[in-house]
Amino acid sequence: MATSESVRPPLGASLPSSASSVPVTRVTTRHSALVRVTHWITTLCFLALLLTGAEIVISHPRFYWGETGNVLTTPLFKLPIPSSRHLVPTGYGYVLPDQNGWSRYLHFQAAWIAVLTGLLYIISILFSGHLRKNLLPDKAALSWRAFSTSIADHLRFKRPSAAEAWSYNLLQRLSYLCVIFVLFPLVIWTGLAMSPAFVSAFPLTVTSLGGQQSARTLHFFVSLALVLFLLVHIMMVFLAGFRSRMRAMITGHADHKEPT
Amino acid sequence: MSNFSRRKLITTGVAAAAGVAGLGVAARLAQKYGLVPPDHSGIYGLGESLTYASQRLLTRHSLAREFSPSQISKPPLANELAPLPDAFKRLQAAGFADWRLSIDGLVDRPGSFSLAQLKSYSTRSQITMVQCEEGWSYIAEWIGVPLHHVLDAVSVQPHARYVVYFSIQPDWWDSMDMADALHPQTFLVYGMNGGELPVGNGGPLRMRVPRQLGYKNVKFITHLTVTDNLKTFGKGLGSASPEGGYAWYAGI
Repeated sequence: MATSESVRPPLGASLPSSASSVPVTRVTTRHSALVRVTHWITTLCFLALLLTGAEIVISHPRFYWGETGNVLTTPLFKLPIPSSRHLVPTGYGYVLPDQNGWSRYLHFQAAWIAVLTGLLYIISILFSGHLRKNLLPDKAALSWRAFSTSIADHLRFKRPSAAEAWSYNLLQRLSYLCVIFVLFPLVIWTGLAMSPAFVSAFPLTVTSLGGQQSARTLHFFVSLALVLFLLVHIMMVFLAGFRSRMRAMITGHADHKEPT
Repeated sequence: MSNFSRRKLITTGVAAAAGVAGLGVAARLAQKYGLVPPDHSGIYGLGESLTYASQRLLTRHSLAREFSPSQISKPPLANELAPLPDAFKRLQAAGFADWRLSIDGLVDRPGSFSLAQLKSYSTRSQITMVQCEEGWSYIAEWIGVPLHHVLDAVSVQPHARYVVYFSIQPDWWDSMDMADALHPQTFLVYGMNGGELPVGNGGPLRMRVPRQLGYKNVKFITHLTVTDNLKTFGKGLGSASPEGGYAWYAGI
């Protein structure tokens, strides 16, 4: 089950005597350095994007559908929060401090770093086999039965087996694939669709979404989906064992011996 | 140290050296081709430079989306204004008959234009969207003269790189590169939705840069300076926006 690209050759593997005698504690790596580094860079970027995104939303906590929307038009929905601009009718008698300047700077900087990190990650998992071996479900595993078993296990908050410390389970694989290949591309697309300069060159990226305000509303919902993933992801880390999973993602080492 | 890790070390070292050299060359080329924004220094300079450079490469000549008359926002929205200076009120009392737009800097024929002179150039209109950095937006018909017509009239010198524009409001100024200044949709606007440009929307004269966010569309324009160096304006960050914490380039 161990991942070939992340497992270093056993120490002393070339010595003929060590192979069969005492059980060898193999020095293995649960997560490759690339996975660990890109994971934590993405984490930092995502937290920065989330914080600054929330800050930007506070300046106009109203959402619309179509091309345009402002305080004179009917919103699709409003967030029940105060605003950082007093022109927005919120029902609150006070205005929050406006922090949009640095929030916007940091939002786009974090987005760039996340996108470049993501590209590095995608290219490397395509070539290293990580995608094929560890993320794409086996044909055999991809049955309704396996799927429902996996869901039932999760719903019962069943602690993962020792084997699962070395391999992602089915639901986990599908979630990661969804985040990497659906939610991240969508959040980038809906973000770019709000850029007046970008859509001047690629107008279909915004018209296909129903307009600039639709893109903004979708950007918000995709971000919410990513937040939901983050919360479940953290919950699962706690369920599986916070210390061991954090150690695996920071140092690369795992508690459990690799199952043979 | 095994051969394996030594090879890895050498590969990593070579890759890192190539990366650093590549970045150096990229920075040189970016500077040469005008892909570095004036607010490139500081902790957010990386993101700003990447955004500006990539959008200049992708969108130098692209046209902002235009809309049909039925899509014009009704009623028109006017954002709030800071209290207007006395100089503005005096000109307003006289029906803006004495409003002047002065142009200097790297031009062969510096001069000053009245609104009537600006209106004597062929009138153009566009139905485009104003997008505020806060998230709201509206569509309006903007009527005016393309900035490049006016720049042609004063004959911009070949080494010009930026047009700096000033409002009658003190400390309200901005700048754009020549790609935006010569862009066919960058207008000096004096009319809106078939009528005069209301004061609330920047009348009598407003800069319209439809490929950038609302705050680049400075209201009450009285002065333009053509330059090849933004360092000498304000704090040298290109406009009042970065001094207030906002990005100079707002094509996002």
